[in-house]
Amino acid sequence: MVENDSLKEKVWLALQSVTDPEIPAVSVIDLGMVERVSVEGRTAKIEVLPTFVGCPALELIRKEIRKAVEGINGIDHAEVFFIYEPPWTSNRITETGRKRLKQFGIAPPPTVEGETNEWSVDCPYCGSTLTTMENVFGPTACRSIFYCKHCKNPFEAMKPVGYFKETID
Amino acid sequence: MINVKNALEARKNNNYSDVLVELLYQLADDDFILAFRGSEWLGLAPHIEEDVAFSSITQNMMGHAYMYYQLLEQLGEGSVDELAHGRMGPQRKNAVLLEKANGTGTYLKSPKFDWAYTVVRHYFYDLNKKIKLDSLSNSSYEPLRQAAVNIRKEQFYHLVHWETWFKQLIEAGGEAKTRMIAAVENVWTDFYDVLSLGPQGEEMANFQLIDKEKAMKGKFIAMLEELFQKLQLPSLPNLVETRLNGRKGEHTDELEKALATLTEVYKQAPASTW
Repeated sequence: MVENDSLKEKVWLALQSVTDPEIPAVSVIDLGMVERVSVEGRTAKIEVLPTFVGCPALELIRKEIRKAVEGINGIDHAEVFFIYEPPWTSNRITETGRKRLKQFGIAPPPTVEGETNEWSVDCPYCGSTLTTMENVFGPTACRSIFYCKHCKNPFEAMKPVGYFKETID
Repeated sequence: MINVKNALEARKNNNYSDVLVELLYQLADDDFILAFRGSEWLGLAPHIEEDVAFSSITQNMMGHAYMYYQLLEQLGEGSVDELAHGRMGPQRKNAVLLEKANGTGTYLKSPKFDWAYTVVRHYFYDLNKKIKLDSLSNSSYEPLRQAAVNIRKEQFYHLVHWETWFKQLIEAGGEAKTRMIAAVENVWTDFYDVLSLGPQGEEMANFQLIDKEKAMKGKFIAMLEELFQKLQLPSLPNLVETRLNGRKGEHTDELEKALATLTEVYKQAPASTW
């Protein structure tokens, strides 16, 4: 069956409204989680990369995606597949995503090459670089806890997650 | 190079899928039971930041176990919930060290858990887990390869965490160091089957599912020796085979007790989804 491009566009558009329940300001697209969308007939297939393997929000995200996509005129059924190739990394977060994270009070992750524990972020409130990491582990798997010494606010940052590409080739 | 794309392809070769399933049970059960032991620390960790960190690590580890159980489900071994909750002790393939209680008492009644033991057990386990994940990122089974790459991204942070605790407590000297050295001896006595791939280890390597047991063990011992030298710790004695081997389904009754606790709710309503 021929793929329907205009429906596909509509699916992408609908996905703009689906967010991670733990970060409601940023869509799954801007988090870099959506890898592929295809439409055959009246069925849409959405391939999604989980951010963290044990993320408890995954099933909720699946439900939200189905609800949003099945609400499109012309789509009866939406299937969500969690795939692991390519692996999700925090470098996949879009510019819009980074801006929205900041507006939400979460510092966007620094861009990383491979694995590193040496990273810092600027304060999302006052922009100061005078921040300290309080705990690399935060309230959710994908977040860390920081403190801004300048404006004296505690804040969260999205943890940078990378990988060494050469080992998977 | 062997390359097996998915469960369907794996199941075409009985020898391959048998060995693959065996490896997956070891990987899943190891992460599962140690994640359970970690979860028992919730609210009891030395300070509040550690409570946040440890529960996050534990949640991730449970996620890793989930991923391996998912691969088993695809291979026709049963549903993830059944695999995690429904299997008896002798069916479990986790290393014996990982099932041991955190200390005396229980979560509900006078939990006198041993933090030094927990730090050493997690650190040594994670050091070896990293070696395994590096190897698994080249596994002949594609879904396992992908799982390993994804798990490794997170495990990196766990390893750094336990390494920090390990080094700081040793370098603190005094009672901390004394207790850490006692914990190292304790953990080391039980470490044999953590480094074992069980009776089918050789076939696992032949099918290029994972490196040879001996090679990975050598890497692990070399890493520890270097670390012990740096921290000026007495070198470790040779590893002795333990009486029970978890890879053969041999376990302590501490596993039975853990399973009774963690499956209590599941047994009341096995049909509910989690």
